[in-house]
Formats: sequence, C-alpha cells, structure tokens
Amino acid sequence: MSLKKKTYWKGIEELKNDTDFIKKSQNEFPEYLPIKGSMENSRRDFLKMMGFGIAAASVAACEAPVRKAIPYVNKPVEIDPSIPNYYASSYSMGSDYCSVVVKTREGRPIKIEGNTLSTVSGGGTTAQVESSILTLYDKERLKGPLLDGKETDWKNIDDYVLGKLEKIKSSGKKVYVLSNSISSPSSQNIIDDFIYNYNGTHVEYDQLSYHGMLEANNSSFGIRKLPFYDFSKAKIIVSFGYDFLGSSFNNNLFNKQFAESRRVNRNQKKMSRLYSFESNLTITGANADHRIPIKSLESPIYITKLYNVLADKIGKTKINIDKFSDAIDNDVINNVASDLLKNAGKSIVISGSNDKYVQIVVNMINDLLDNFGITIDFNKAYNIRKGNDSKMNSFLSDLSNKNVGSVLFLNCNPLYDNYLAPKIKIGIESVDMKISTSDRLDETSILCDVIIPNSHFLESWNDFEPIENHYSFSQPTIGKLFNTRQYQETLLLWSGFKNTYYDYLQDAWKKVYEKTQTNKSFQSFWDRLLHDGVFELNNESKEINYKSSTSFSELTSWVNALKNSSKFELSTYQNLSVADGIQSNNPWLQEMPDPISKVCWDNYISVNPKDAEKLNVETGDMTTQVLSFNINDSNYKLPVVIQPGQAQGTFGVALGYGRKFSGPVGDDVGVNAYLMLNSNSKYQNLTVDGIELTNINESYRIAQTQTHHTIMGRESIIQETSLSEYIKDENSGKYEFKVATSKGLKKPEAITLWKGHEYPNHHWVMSIDLNSCTGCGACTVACQVENNVPVVGKEEVLNRREMAWIRIDRYYSSDVDVHDFKGLENASENPDVTFQPMMCQHCNNAPCETVCPVAATTHSTEGLNQMVYNRCIGTRYCANNCPYKVRRFNWFKYHDNKQFDKNSSMNNDLGKMVLNPDVTVRSRGVMEKCSFCVQRIQAGKLQAKKEKRRPIDGEINVACASACPSQALVFGDIKDKESKIYKLLKIEGSDKTTLNVGEERAYNVLQEIRVSPNVWYLRKVRNKKAV
Amino acid sequence: MFTTRAKRFNFKKLSFFPFFGVLFLSYFFTVSSLLYAQEPESEFDQSIVKNGESLFKGNCTVCHGINDVIIGPALRDVHERRSEEWIYSFVKNSQKVIRNGDEYAVNLYNEYNKTLMTSFDFSNEELNSILTYIKSESFKPIEVSVVSEVSQTGESSPVESDNYYISLVLNILLLIIIIFVLFRFTDLSRKYVTLQDIQSGGKLLNIDDKEIVESKFDLKKFVKSNKVLGFASFIFIIVFVKSCVDGLYTVGIQQNYQPTQPIAFSHQIHAGQFEIDCNYCHTGVNISKSANIPSVNICMNCHNTIKTDQPEIKKILTAYEENKPIEWIRVHNLPDLAYFNHSQHVAVGGLDCETCHGPIKEMDVVYQYANLTMGWCINCHRDTQVNTKGNDYYDKLVALHKKTSKSPLKVEDVGGLECAKCHY
Repeated sequence: MSLKKKTYWKGIEELKNDTDFIKKSQNEFPEYLPIKGSMENSRRDFLKMMGFGIAAASVAACEAPVRKAIPYVNKPVEIDPSIPNYYASSYSMGSDYCSVVVKTREGRPIKIEGNTLSTVSGGGTTAQVESSILTLYDKERLKGPLLDGKETDWKNIDDYVLGKLEKIKSSGKKVYVLSNSISSPSSQNIIDDFIYNYNGTHVEYDQLSYHGMLEANNSSFGIRKLPFYDFSKAKIIVSFGYDFLGSSFNNNLFNKQFAESRRVNRNQKKMSRLYSFESNLTITGANADHRIPIKSLESPIYITKLYNVLADKIGKTKINIDKFSDAIDNDVINNVASDLLKNAGKSIVISGSNDKYVQIVVNMINDLLDNFGITIDFNKAYNIRKGNDSKMNSFLSDLSNKNVGSVLFLNCNPLYDNYLAPKIKIGIESVDMKISTSDRLDETSILCDVIIPNSHFLESWNDFEPIENHYSFSQPTIGKLFNTRQYQETLLLWSGFKNTYYDYLQDAWKKVYEKTQTNKSFQSFWDRLLHDGVFELNNESKEINYKSSTSFSELTSWVNALKNSSKFELSTYQNLSVADGIQSNNPWLQEMPDPISKVCWDNYISVNPKDAEKLNVETGDMTTQVLSFNINDSNYKLPVVIQPGQAQGTFGVALGYGRKFSGPVGDDVGVNAYLMLNSNSKYQNLTVDGIELTNINESYRIAQTQTHHTIMGRESIIQETSLSEYIKDENSGKYEFKVATSKGLKKPEAITLWKGHEYPNHHWVMSIDLNSCTGCGACTVACQVENNVPVVGKEEVLNRREMAWIRIDRYYSSDVDVHDFKGLENASENPDVTFQPMMCQHCNNAPCETVCPVAATTHSTEGLNQMVYNRCIGTRYCANNCPYKVRRFNWFKYHDNKQFDKNSSMNNDLGKMVLNPDVTVRSRGVMEKCSFCVQRIQAGKLQAKKEKRRPIDGEINVACASACPSQALVFGDIKDKESKIYKLLKIEGSDKTTLNVGEERAYNVLQEIRVSPNVWYLRKVRNKKAV
Repeated sequence: MFTTRAKRFNFKKLSFFPFFGVLFLSYFFTVSSLLYAQEPESEFDQSIVKNGESLFKGNCTVCHGINDVIIGPALRDVHERRSEEWIYSFVKNSQKVIRNGDEYAVNLYNEYNKTLMTSFDFSNEELNSILTYIKSESFKPIEVSVVSEVSQTGESSPVESDNYYISLVLNILLLIIIIFVLFRFTDLSRKYVTLQDIQSGGKLLNIDDKEIVESKFDLKKFVKSNKVLGFASFIFIIVFVKSCVDGLYTVGIQQNYQPTQPIAFSHQIHAGQFEIDCNYCHTGVNISKSANIPSVNICMNCHNTIKTDQPEIKKILTAYEENKPIEWIRVHNLPDLAYFNHSQHVAVGGLDCETCHGPIKEMDVVYQYANLTMGWCINCHRDTQVNTKGNDYYDKLVALHKKTSKSPLKVEDVGGLECAKCHY
C-alpha cells in the first residue's frame, strides 16, 4: 500500500480558502499595519524631531555618563560576579511539583532547568515551571503582612492570631486549614501539629480534582492515592478524556515516557499506539494514533462498553448497559478491545473523569488486562494529588451552619479556583477570623482579615515526597525579597515551637538518615541531599491487590442513571499555558499560544466546524464572533474559535482565565470558567450539560499566532509515514527533491552558486524528532527566559508582531486528496495533528545573509547564522527573504516603555532581575532571531579551554533542548564523533556544500530551496491500526 | 662624549689587567670553596623553585617579603630560624599554634601587633616548594631596592614630545627665513634689472617685460582673486570635514579617561612598589568575565593593620564597619553590546594585564590606556597568536592549520573576527 498524499493546512481559514485570507496570504503582512500616531505627524513635526534629535545627540555625545562599579563589602565565597551558580531545588505551586536546578547570577535566580537526577519529574520542565521564575519577581507580591488591610509587623499579627485562636478554641467552633495537595512530609507534620492543637481540620483540594480516581483506588485497593503510571512500558494506551500529556499531574514525566515508547530507528521499529476518546482536542488527542471525538457524557458508556467487550472475551461478568446499546460506535470499541487483549499486561487504560464509578470500571478494565503491578504500580504511589471533594463539601456545610471559627487558606485561592467558590464566598462571611498566606491580594485573600504572605518557593526551605520514598528538596536560591514568611515558620510559631523550619527539616531528615544506615556523617548526607536535590529510599515491595468491592448491581444502577442530552455540552479544561490560573499575572504564560488553537491572551469557546456552521459563525483572519450562553443564571459571552476535532455537540472553555485579583497582566483576561462548573455537585465535574449557545453577531478580534505562515502545498515541510510502511522501508514517506543535471539527478544543495563553508572546529547541529515532540511548548518559554525575548501584548500579537524565537507550528492533515472537498470536510471534523517546532534553521546558504545591506547577519565558522544587533539598521530585508519566517523585528522599544508595561520582565526594576545578563536586551528597530543560544556555546567552549580539553557532549546545550520533557530536541557538535547528535543523525561525512546524513528519517524543511539548514527534522511515524 | 669615556675606560682596564688578573685568581682560590657551598641554583630543583615563587607571589607577598618586614616578618633564612614542621603547622593554622602556647609563636604574635596570619590550605608539597623558593632567595645578596627607578623610566615620553615641538618651531623658522630670502632675492633682482634698464636707457626691457618688472604686488587684489578664495575655501572645507569626521570618531571613546576615585588608591604603590599580584585583588581575572573590583574585605586583609590612621585608609575602615560598599567610578566602560571575558584573555590566552591596561604599575590614578574601540580589538585579534601550548582544545585546530598555512595560528584563524564571538 502506498501512502496517499496528505493535505496539510494550518487553520480553518486556509482550508476554507476564505477569499480574505487568500488575498492577505499573498502579502508579507496580511494587512496594513499602522504605527500608532504616525498618520498625524506633519513635515514640521519631522523637522522639529530631527532638530531636537541632533541637538540631543550632540549634547549626549559631549560627556559620557559616569558609571559606577560597586563591589561587595564582604564578598560571599561562593559568589563570583558573572559566574553562575546552580542549586538543586523543587518547583511547587498549587499542587504541582517538579524537581529543578536553578541558575543564579550574583545571587539572583535567572533560569530554571529540569533536574536530570530526578526519576519523578524526568529532567524536563513545563511552561509553568519555566515561567515561575518571573512570578518571583512579580511586583504585585505583597511586601509584608497585613492585618485588616493595614500593614503591620509580625509580632502584632502573631499576637492577634494567637489571641483569636484561643478564643475560638474555647468557643468550640471549628478551625479549618485549606490547602492544595501537600506533598511535603515535613509541612504535613507541621499542619497536623497545628490542627491537633486547635481541634482543626485539614482539607486539601486540587484545581483539577482527582477525587473520583482517588476514591475509586480507595475502594479497589484500599489506597487513596494515584498509582505510578509507566507509559514507556505500555504498548497500547487508551485514554478517555485524560490529557496525560497536557493538563495532567506530572505531565513532564508522562511526556518523557510516552516519547520513549515511540522512539523508532532502523534497529528499533516498535512503538506504542495511543487511542484517545475526547471531546476537546487536547495535545493527548493530537498525539494519538487514533482519536475518537466523543461527548464527555458518553465517555462512561464507552468505558463500560469496553469493559463488557473485554469481559466477554475473557469470560467475566458484564455490566448491563442495554439502554445505550446504539448510542456508541461499537466497531471502535471492538478494535480497541482486540488491541488491548493482544497486549495484556502491556497497556494502560485511563480516564479523566472525576466520577468514582467511571474510575472503578477503569480499574476493573486494567485488572482484566493484568496491568496492575506492571504499567500501573501502586507500590510507587503519587502524593501530589490528594484533593478531597467530599471534605470540601463538609467544610461548606460547616460554613453554612456557622460552625467555623477560623479558616486558614494555605497558599490556595479556593474563591477563584474551586468549583464551590460561589458557595464558599457566601459561607465565609460568618467566619470570625480568615487567614490567608497568599503572596498577593487575590480573590480569597482580599476577603481575609489576616494576610501572612508566603515566600516564593525559590526563597524557601522545604522537602517533598512526590512519590512514596522518592524525596526532593527545596532550598532558597535568593534571600527574601520582601518581608514574607513561609507558612511552615508561621505554623511552627503558632503551635508553640521555638525552632525555625530549617532546624525542623534537619531534625526530620535525621530520622530518614538513620534509616539509610550509611557510615557517612549526617552533614555529608545532608550536603549530598542539597546538592542532588533528590533522594530515594529503597521501596519495600508491598503486596497491593486489586479487590472488587463494588457490586455489579450498584454499577448497573449507576450506568442506567446516566443521561444523554441533545443540547450542547460544555467541557472545561486546563490548557498548557495559563493552566490552573495561579500564575495568571505572568506575561510569558499569557502570551504563550495554546498548542492547538494558537490563541493567546484569551480563553474562548471552541466548537466543531459543523456546529459553527449551524450557529452561523463567521470568522475571518484573527476576527471571530462572540457566542453567548447561560449557566447557573449567569450569562457568559466568549469569542468562538472553530476547532477541527472538537466533538460535535460539545464546546470547550479553558479554566484559569478571568482573574479579578491577580495583577495588571492577568486581570480580566478571558472569563472565569471555574464559575461555570456545577457547585451543587458532590465532586468537581468539568462537564456541564444542556447548554444553549447563541450567536450574538458581535465581532471580536482574537489574537492567534496561527495562520501567519501558509504551507502553500510544499510537501517538504511536514513528512510522515506509518509504522507498517516504516517497517517495510525506512525511507517511506520521504519526499526527496532531486535536480536533473547532465550528470544525473543530484541533491539540490549539491548544485549551488555558493562556495560552501568549512567548519574546522565545531559544527552545531540540531535534530528535532517529530515523533517525540508532543507540542507541549515548554521550549518556547525556556527560550523566552534564556534569551530575554520580550512579551508584546495582545494588540501587537494581533498585528502579528510577536517576538518568540521558537514557535511550534501545528498542522492538521487528512488522508484525502486536495481536490476531494467532501473528504477534506470530513477530515476537518477530526484531523491528524503534527507539531513542528520552528526556529532559525541556521542555513549554511542563508538567504538572509546575502540580502543584508550592512552585513549585520553573517555566517560563523561553527555553522551559526549570527545576528548582530548593533550593526542592524532595520531594513527587514532578511525577514522578507527568510523562507522559514523566524526572524522577528523590534517594532518598538519593549523595555522601559510604559506602553508595554505588561512585559514585566523589562519594565520594572524587580522584573528586570530575571533578565539574562549575558544576552543583550534588544532595542527598537533591530531584527532578532534564534542564536542557537550562542551565549551558552561560548560559555561552554570557554570552560573547556580553561580546563585545556575539548567540550564534552551534553555540556553545551540550548535552552529549548534542555527544557524539552520528551527529549525531542537534540543539540550538539557533529565534529564530535562521540556526540549524541552525531550518532542520532548517523553522519556519514560531509564536504563543503553537503552534509551526508545517514538517518533515513532525517530531512530538512524546504530542502528544495537549497538553503541547507543545520536543523534536521526526523519524520513522524504514526502507528495506525491496519484496517 | 660617551664613546670617548668608554674608550678611556677600556684602555685603563687593559693597562691594569695583570693586577686584576692576580686579584681575581687569588679571590677565586680563597673563596671558591665558599662559593661552591653557596651556589644555590644548582642545588635546588628549578621547577620546584619556580612553583614556589608563583605560590609565594600569589599568596604571601601581601604580608611577607624576603628581606622586608611588611605586615609579617621578613622570611629570609626562615628555614634556619624554625624547623620545617613548625613552619608547616604555622602556615596551615597559625591560631592553633599560638593557642597551644608555642613560645616563639606567641612572641611573634605580640611583636606584630597581634595580627593573625590567615590559614592556608597548602599541601606539604606546595609548602615545600615555597620554602625551597625562600631558601634559594635567602642565598642571594640583599639588594637595595630602588623605588624611584620605575618613575624615572616613565618620563621618557614628555622629553620626546618637547623635542618634537622644538623641531617644529625650528622648521617654521627655517621656512620663514627661506621665504624672506626668496622675497629679498626677487626684490633685489627686480631692482637690479630696473637699474640695468635705466642704465641702458630703456633698451633692455620691452613693454611686456616692464609690466612684469614694474608690477606691484597688490595684496588686496591677490586675496580677493577667485583662485585664492577658491583655494582657501577648499582648504577650509577639507580641514572642517576632516576635523568633523575625526571628532565623530572620538564620540564615545574615553581614552585617557581618569576619573577621581572616592578613595585615592594607587596602583603605583600596590602593584608597582609592593608588587602585589593583580590576582590578589582582582580575583575574577582568571575565572570569570569580570576581573572584579576587590571587595572591602580584601582591602581589610592588609589594612587591618597597615596605615590605619591615614584618612584614605580610614574610608575603607568606615565602609567596612558600616557595611557600606565603596562606589568606585568605572574607568573602562565597554558598551553593553560587546561581550568581553577576562578569563578568555588572561587564563586561556595568557595575555598580560598590561597589554590592554597599559603601565598600570606606574599609575597613581588609573586611566583608560587603550581606546577600547572595535578596531583596536580586531587589530589585536588579527595579530595575536593563539596560546595553544598544552591546551588540548586547540590540538586538532593547530594540526589542521599547519596543513594549509605556514604562518602561526592567529586568533582570526579560529574565528576571532566573527560577530557572534562578542555580540549576542
């Protein structure tokens, strides 16, 4: 079977051949882009400005400003100016955790990287982890404790609180401690001590609740915990609306495991197959080999049906679901079931439902398939999601009974991100003392009498046990910026302890130390702990057996109670940028486009193209319409995005937006979807059924980075094949452009006017495996942090002036012919998705270099395409001539400019502390682009020279590649024959004009234009089931 | 004059040669045994001495001299005064030795104003090399150090510039004399011709000749003539444009910038007179991008005891006591767009500080010696050979370069002229 040619399109506008779009796509910029105010300027103004400019320049030239050099009084031994220090620590925000290494310069953290020693987070990072460093320097953080809204000192606060607590204790009212999941054993002990002293109750909740899964595990295994999933061991993965690559807990490890299970080469032609049943198109669905769009409400029926098919084949009892016999697609389920049975013990079935019964059935399926103990391990249970919705509800009933004396909100914001928020808001009015440890005046703390701002995790000591017996450490990497106190200190003080949290931690760890029974001293054990940041105790293998504790009659009555509605179903979800909304005030996250829709600075309604047609939605280029709907007597108006792959009859809205009290960047961006959830439910239900959508015919400008660069039918951009074809022929799916010459067919780069380059020393090359890239976008934020890339704001994104050096292009594709309109229409219902990270390709024959009139962009002897800002005069010829459209022009001065105050890393003294001092902050009027992190290359080379040796592979790595959780990006020097990149690309030699790459899957994007890039892409392989 | 004196000297020396010869021989025989014993160079392993010298200069010279008392005692013949073990334990932890009540150590402590010696984490091998160096130095005769020597050599340039002005004035004078002579000559010849003409009764010159001879030089007319005006304005424009262009090239260049610092610190005294290693204060120069202006605690290592009563030193003390950093004025201001790394040039390239910073050992107040323009950087990168010796990083590059070129490997050959080496 030969593969049919696929058609790729970047957005719905391109697919529809919208006349507006076609017209605009011919131009470099789709529309006339005004520079504000320029129309009103007259010739006189010009002369005035010129005169002033000359005068100012001559005055300024007279005397250079006096610059000071201020050394330390007492230089700390470990700090040498301009030499970075690295500290192992742990990211923790909300319930999330990631083991990290923090890079500090002159005592201030400037970059977070993954800790490769960690087996829990896998060495990668996420967009949230990368950008949390800017949250440290957020000027919206509280500068000190507040009592009744007034600044005060710690003694006052402590006296007030302790006095009140005693009163509450004697009055017999309850004390509640609310928090997100606490995975720190020492913090947990401190909280336990505190609630023991004051007869309190500790309630945990998660922004995305795992209550159903936890309860189901409790009833099936007697453990209220999440098991360790190992996707790398799974041959078949079936996900029912569970976005394990995106919004899931610990998704960076899941990305790594998933990519491992799909890494193919000529010696290894095996890979996993992922089925995804979901309503919104998530990145899990986008990476699935088979994606089946279903309504979330139908998901339990599909799961039960899958159980029945499997039970039938194995010979176990079935659940009676006759009521829904024709509601679902039986063929799909049969296919999935046969695949699963073939790979029993090597599969994972997982669901994102928060319904206990759904999760019980999922457990039953995994039990049928013998997956427990192999791909799903309860011996290594996670502690990072423990939220309990029932406890939240009992807290609520205590509130309504006016039985609560005090609530302590520990680093959590339930009045924003809990589904019960509207009810809690009413309830807490009667509470005598409300305490918050929030770092800012947020939706919750603004209603509190006492605010004890917590220190940022980069300023704190802490320990974590994300997985049982897998420990991780957090150490301060900077002194406290403000008068803050980490909550552990506060609680220790209130519980009557005299020692600091640091001492408490050490005491706690002395106990762990005793367990290890080493002959090292405690100090050396402790030092090692801080150095590595992670520590593992040997797991004692426990016998954890599955026991079916739920009767079939119970399940049958549950299934029969399920309803199916003909109206619209709302599926709320967390996206990968703003996620739970804790870091809403972080501009890096707000401007990071959604991996699928490429929308930034907004949340929106995503609807299926067919539904959009029914609603008469008219969209243009970056313009759309507003849809309106009612939930719980509230009316919501949101822009609509037509989303191929969205299940019909459903629409999605992202959580985490619509903050009111996060700070100037995050406030009033989008609509708060937490408020749309049903607050009468016993557990958080992300799905709301029975919604009427109406088009109010209001136009809306939506900022997308999507349809900028069209493919125009060039087949060399995305290449892909199927596993079955790949097994037969490694070259399958290859699109090779050859030029006919008198000496036969030749590679395009062999016929060239260019002289080529010689690289005597290093030759930096990158490879990007399209099969491993899941599109998560951690690389884009990592690049932004490392290279001081500015945030431009929604208006400028609308003007297509975003500055990202690396973007992830997302292409939809279908198997049908270009001219098969009917087929295309079907395909746009549920397309295949490919992600392609795109940055400067560092072409050996770079088209940008030849057109620069001032030689501001040149080629180095190491294969880099260099960009010199101080030489650039801003003609933008290079950007015009760049076939990859990766060059970014500084239309404005984005630093020290009030108009761009949302670019907070460059517009206030606090934010500026995050800037990388080794990278120039670019000024207005110059071009910029990916430099292959040349500052890191230079630093690595210098280190090697100082140590009189060659650089070791892996020592020099670019920011994007080191952030990538799935290790899709590999960077290195192909002059080093031991390097990973040399082996990966199977380099077979090179001459001045061509590099002979032996890896069959490797290709250059737009090979036919002979620019000979130094970035190689590895063809995507899909593992579709043969029909 | 010098040559004659030399000749005379030679002559004298020759005439007294037998006398000197006898003296020399007798000296040789009488002292040879002694000389033999004192000949240190052959006895000590030169590599150990060299190693010891660098360790000594890097760590000890701040407080100790061989012959001079600085903060601590002079170390000449220390190996004869104290045992090796005693020295080792004292260097490693002097406080411990004093606390243990060693009499000699306690006396020493009291004698030197109760200044504690910093503990050094040297290995015995390193200590041995330092001691060997001290031993070898102890055998050398005591030289009287000449402080003013340095400043004398530094005065050569002003003399040169005086000569330049004198010759300029002389030249101009010569020019004026020549012009005067020429004028006199033409005047005289005109007068002579007119006289001859009158004597010959007007036959000698025709009308045209007369016109020339009798023409009077009209300065006004000459100045106002188009040719002169044109030429003058041409010269003016050329000079103006040239000075403008030259002026523009100096914008942002701060060569010879010599700001007054908050504390009158003199490199001439510290680096010149006392030969304190640059590394001692500028701790980053071998390891990092910036050489580091020393923190106050480094000053305090010595000025805890030295000249504490002087007003300038008191400023350091106050800064230290009040925990207020000293706000030095930056002399070398490289623009932000250029990346410069000290360790690349010093540790890897092996350059001396003076290459870019000039005669720093003679500067009372530091000034910017080089102009720090890009042209200056590039020129150096074109001319300088890469310090490849013993550095594995360059091995392959050197081999490759030898194949294609006979000239040594210069910085430009390893990409030293590329933009992204300094601009990113």
